[in-house]
Amino acid sequence: MLREIRPAIVLLLVLTAITGLAYPLAMTAVAGAIFPAQAQGSLIEKDGKVIGSALIGQEFKDDKYFHGRPSATLAPDPSDSTKTVSAPYNAANSGGSNLGPTSKALADRLKEDVDKLKSENPNAAVPVDLVTTSASGLDPDISPEAAQFQVPRIAKARNMPEDTLKQLVASTTQGRWLGLLGEPRVNVLALNLALDRVAAK
Amino acid sequence: MTMIGWLQIILYCAIIVALAKPLGWYMTRVFDGERTFLSPVLRPIEAGIYWFSGVDEKREQHWLTYTVSMLLFHVGGFLIIYGVMRLQAVLPFNPAGQGAVAEDLSFNTAISFITNTNWQNYGGESTISYLVQMLGLTHQNFLSAATGIALAVALIRGFSRASARTVGNFWVDVTRTTLYVLLPICVVYTLFLVWQGMPQTLGDYVEATTLEGAKQTIAVGPVASQVAIKMLGTNGGGFFNANAAHPFENPTALSNFVQMLSIFALGAALTNVFGRMVGNQRQGWAILAVMGVLFVAGVAVTYWAEANGTSTLQALGLTGGNMEGKEVRFGIVASSLFAVITTAASCGAVNAMHDSFTALGGMIPLINIELGEIIVGGVGAGMYGMLLFVILAIFVAGLMVGRTPEYVGKKIEAREVKMAMLSILVLPLMILGWTAVGVVYPAAVASMANAGPHGFTEVLYAFTSATGNNGSAFAGLTGNTFFYNLTLASAMFVGRFFMIVPAMAIAGSLAAKKSIPPSAGTLPTTGGLFVGLVVGVILIIGGLTFFPALALGPIVEHLAMNAGQVF
Repeated sequence: MLREIRPAIVLLLVLTAITGLAYPLAMTAVAGAIFPAQAQGSLIEKDGKVIGSALIGQEFKDDKYFHGRPSATLAPDPSDSTKTVSAPYNAANSGGSNLGPTSKALADRLKEDVDKLKSENPNAAVPVDLVTTSASGLDPDISPEAAQFQVPRIAKARNMPEDTLKQLVASTTQGRWLGLLGEPRVNVLALNLALDRVAAK
Repeated sequence: MTMIGWLQIILYCAIIVALAKPLGWYMTRVFDGERTFLSPVLRPIEAGIYWFSGVDEKREQHWLTYTVSMLLFHVGGFLIIYGVMRLQAVLPFNPAGQGAVAEDLSFNTAISFITNTNWQNYGGESTISYLVQMLGLTHQNFLSAATGIALAVALIRGFSRASARTVGNFWVDVTRTTLYVLLPICVVYTLFLVWQGMPQTLGDYVEATTLEGAKQTIAVGPVASQVAIKMLGTNGGGFFNANAAHPFENPTALSNFVQMLSIFALGAALTNVFGRMVGNQRQGWAILAVMGVLFVAGVAVTYWAEANGTSTLQALGLTGGNMEGKEVRFGIVASSLFAVITTAASCGAVNAMHDSFTALGGMIPLINIELGEIIVGGVGAGMYGMLLFVILAIFVAGLMVGRTPEYVGKKIEAREVKMAMLSILVLPLMILGWTAVGVVYPAAVASMANAGPHGFTEVLYAFTSATGNNGSAFAGLTGNTFFYNLTLASAMFVGRFFMIVPAMAIAGSLAAKKSIPPSAGTLPTTGGLFVGLVVGVILIIGGLTFFPALALGPIVEHLAMNAGQVF
């Protein structure tokens, strides 16, 4: 048994150096050279400033923008660091609501949000993804139905024809991969950037 | 449920079955020490490592030496993780300026990673530095996976050898698995993931000014290199708190599909390795069939339950399934499928929050782990776990006909059955024992996030996940407390090593036996009868053990939900 001590130490250190340092550092160099944009986090710049990542959702509250899904992410309470406060789309602390199917807190929140959305657009069914929080709290997407649902509000806020907005949603919608994998979706940040461009014309 | 949803599930199963044979062929060559197409590059490195570490690759080990080597290896692994977590504030690669991790959390995390559990009581982006992610977690993702595979191969050698004193050399098995199987796949896989949008950088967190003018700090890091081995090695510990639900950790539907494939790929291929090593690939297919039956049944239930939604959603007229805690790009089907895969294997990565699943949809992941994660299972761990159940099934069959049971040419006698039972009893001991403590000890009760039966399920899930070395969670439960850091660590430790030692004793005992040719009275172990028998034994043992606990949690919650009750 004693002769197993040396491999237990030396082999561990060698394999640790290979898998824990050489491998991730080499991959960082190679990936950065081949796919520099993705490796940095798919950042979007506007006028030389980073306005976000194409993959990370951000909070939209203004009536003139399409809104993303509710987000349950938290941040440390500035007045008491042992507590946390709601901080939607906090991209430095991802997470979901973790409320279960029989949670009263969830039922109350859903009811409140559904009522609010119904008053905004009484003519369409409320899409489920627009009132449920995502798993990461950073979901960059909404369903095409959730985008179409918001068209009347934005048309009013921006004084734009609804048809223009509907076309914009349709042209920004991404389908399933090869028509099979995943779900159809609309990237909210991409949609709002396109919206600003169209509105500026 | 939709047609296109089922098509995704069928495609997934088809690819896993198709991969089992070529991967099994390649891995068998690696474990047998034969040349592979990578040998010209890797063989000199391998030989250099043996020379430097004082390993004689020709010298094989007795099962006890093999086991002790494995344990020694893990003592070192523990010390490295614990050390870098405690010292991260003064070590390099810490752009976010994370401070030292607390003692109990470091202890829990170190145990979590050496046991291939990867339970996350830490929030990746908010607690630990890039160095800990790489040197602490990525490295142990490789080595705990390689260890699992090595142990499974040692047990398989027990079946395939006759009158032998040794079961292989642990150091050689771990080195070859790491160099020839895990690393090459991960290099290609990492690049694929970056192409899909996963960050791989050592740079600072990004400060963005959003379209509406708010500040957003975006955590990045060397994500892809860790995620590749996290999935392939069925580790499951996330770079980020939200794990594979985080858009940076799983950017697209395609990255999600490939991640699901990589969870099962090696585990499924090990059934083929088993078949090849015992000289009849159909023995391997029979085991994969047992796994397949249980897997498809689980997927069907979870998919149905999640597509159906909850009575709260239905009462508000919200259709489209239970999207609370799920991402739009995955939707209901890819989230349900992922949840069943990650718990069937001992992966524990999540792309949706299991805590927000419907009662029945969340019960399947729980059952998957409680059955011992033998549905493909963790790399290696699933294979040796399944072989323990096979031994019991063969034993039961032997009792029925009054004949000494045998399997692939080995007599299964009292010693093997006792050891198999000892291994399997670890599950109820740790899961039910600690859950009982968790629901009465006041400091533990305070950790529950949901009231009513769901709170109980959160605690049950935590100890189930820890004991099964899974690592997924009903994440509402506040795990980063002194009580949970220590109790979960004990469940993970016992769940891993107290299962391994009896399994290795079986390996040693079987290797020493003579091989006997099949006779007219031998139960054929490649047909439907055998598959049905093993499935039955698994369900009966799991059912008898855990049904009462499930009745108190998800089952009663489902009934309450249908009655329109909220808590």
